[in-house]
Amino acid sequence: MKEENTQRPMSSAARPLDIERSRLDVERCAVSIRSVSMIFPGKGKGEEIDVLEDVTADVAHGEFVCIVGPSGCGKSTLLNIVAGFLDATSGEVLVENEPVRGPDPRRIFVFQENGVFPWLNACENVGFGLRRRNQMERERIIGRYIDMVGLGGFENAYPHELSGGMRQRVEIARALAANPDIIYMDEPFGALDFLTRLKMRADLVRIWQSERKTILFVTHDIEEAVQLGDRVLVMSPRPATIREVVDIDLPRPRYLDSPGYLEKRDCIFQAMGLSLRVGDNATP
Amino acid sequence: MSAEKILESARTSQEAFRQPAGKDRPVPQTRDAPRSRRLVASRRLIDWPPGPDALVWRIVRPVGMAALFLTFWGLAVRWSHSDLFPTPRDVVRGIVELVQKGLLLKYIVASLFRVTWGFTLAVLVGIPLGLVLGWYARAFQAFNPLIQIFRPISPIAWIPVAILWFGVSDAAPVFLIFLASVFPITVSAIAAVQNMQLVYLRAAQNFGLSTGELFRQVIFRACLPQIITGIRIALGIAWLVVVAAEMIAVNSGLGYLIIDARNAGKRYDLVVAGMVMIGLIGLSLDLLVRQLEKFDEVRWGYAGKRR
Repeated sequence: MKEENTQRPMSSAARPLDIERSRLDVERCAVSIRSVSMIFPGKGKGEEIDVLEDVTADVAHGEFVCIVGPSGCGKSTLLNIVAGFLDATSGEVLVENEPVRGPDPRRIFVFQENGVFPWLNACENVGFGLRRRNQMERERIIGRYIDMVGLGGFENAYPHELSGGMRQRVEIARALAANPDIIYMDEPFGALDFLTRLKMRADLVRIWQSERKTILFVTHDIEEAVQLGDRVLVMSPRPATIREVVDIDLPRPRYLDSPGYLEKRDCIFQAMGLSLRVGDNATP
Repeated sequence: MSAEKILESARTSQEAFRQPAGKDRPVPQTRDAPRSRRLVASRRLIDWPPGPDALVWRIVRPVGMAALFLTFWGLAVRWSHSDLFPTPRDVVRGIVELVQKGLLLKYIVASLFRVTWGFTLAVLVGIPLGLVLGWYARAFQAFNPLIQIFRPISPIAWIPVAILWFGVSDAAPVFLIFLASVFPITVSAIAAVQNMQLVYLRAAQNFGLSTGELFRQVIFRACLPQIITGIRIALGIAWLVVVAAEMIAVNSGLGYLIIDARNAGKRYDLVVAGMVMIGLIGLSLDLLVRQLEKFDEVRWGYAGKRR
């Protein structure tokens, strides 16, 4: 029994260190991460922390790309650099072939939690990116996205009156309402319970299919990545680099018990060097 | 079970009564609630769960204590055979006398007028100053030592300077009240900006706000709960100071009433009447400012504190 589990066949996608597959043609590219490295200065000399090392990857227009990696590997740092909140130590990020100089309303970031403004109610939060629109248009857009994320009836509720899942729905609606080209999501469901997370993922895929935004989604949850992404970038522990690129060429809706799903999941497990067994000390 | 856990579970069990559990809303655990309720009962959640008696006790306890205090006061004066110190009844008579002479309202208005001006000026200066100093680190570096040196100087110590600059006029106490209340407001605003959650700033940056919009729509709003706390403290201090200032620099107001009643015939009933009014008005002012904390726009900032 044990043997069977460890000897699961390796997927064809799991060729080790196949970095070239993270690159795309220039015209298909929405986001292009080019040799990005990040070193955080430590407290003293010689205490610098290498967080990212030569990360290169491309994201196509309309693509849903997930980045998975162990906790603390620098996935979030990478996303913050891509979004323009942090400057990389070396390398650059191009969006639509232009280097990123800072945050931009055309690319909205969805935070892990508490990204919604607690002093605004659900409607006002969703409308935050619509300051320059006229009143009627603003109300129309707010109504549309409140409905899309399933917050009807909670328009006037304040974030502290909502559950964690509903707050994230507000934030996703706020991001969508601003009509960005790209949405960056940094473990947006990380603080939610299992069932809520499943539901949120299903809704996110539905919304993505209707809106066709480019989504770059960071998570530490392998299952989440396989359920959501067109492609999964697997990162190594720190200093992080892209260890593997896995194409998730499964049709949607995806069935969590289908052989294809399990194969992709196991493939990422292996790429991360994890065991599929629990209880023996086989984890490297 | 640790104390925090007990408080936490007591809180959630309380929450269960406040908001019905429903779709997408966490269902609070009620299993260990009775135990924790009992443990916490004497500390925080008196009269929980609220029965019909709870409301009665909420009134009976403080009123009973006050009655006990007044009785003790009255008896103490009688037993000591004091000629000067008034009994509670003398004080009530004193208040009635002041009302009949039309002095009480006049003095209260005079004191409130000074507080209103000094305090409003302090709010108008303190909030923007605090937000700017909290946001711009270089400005903070330059100004902070000055603020920290001025802050511990009691407003009472400024009285001679205030008289020198403004003479015996309303401007002197207004200036003193301004001085007393501007620091708590400024300092609380600075701290609020400096401790602001990075995620709000990033979200704001992401949506492309201009500097003005950033201050008005995000920084100010995010800091408002803490600023209101600063305002509450400042108003308390302002009320302390107006009374002190009126004892020296002017000839109206509740502070003046106290000094004048003593100097012009040792009317201690009026002295204590003035003190009682100061206490009652101070309480009312605090209750008034507390209402600010109940607005939806700031209530999130006081999470976990029962009001």
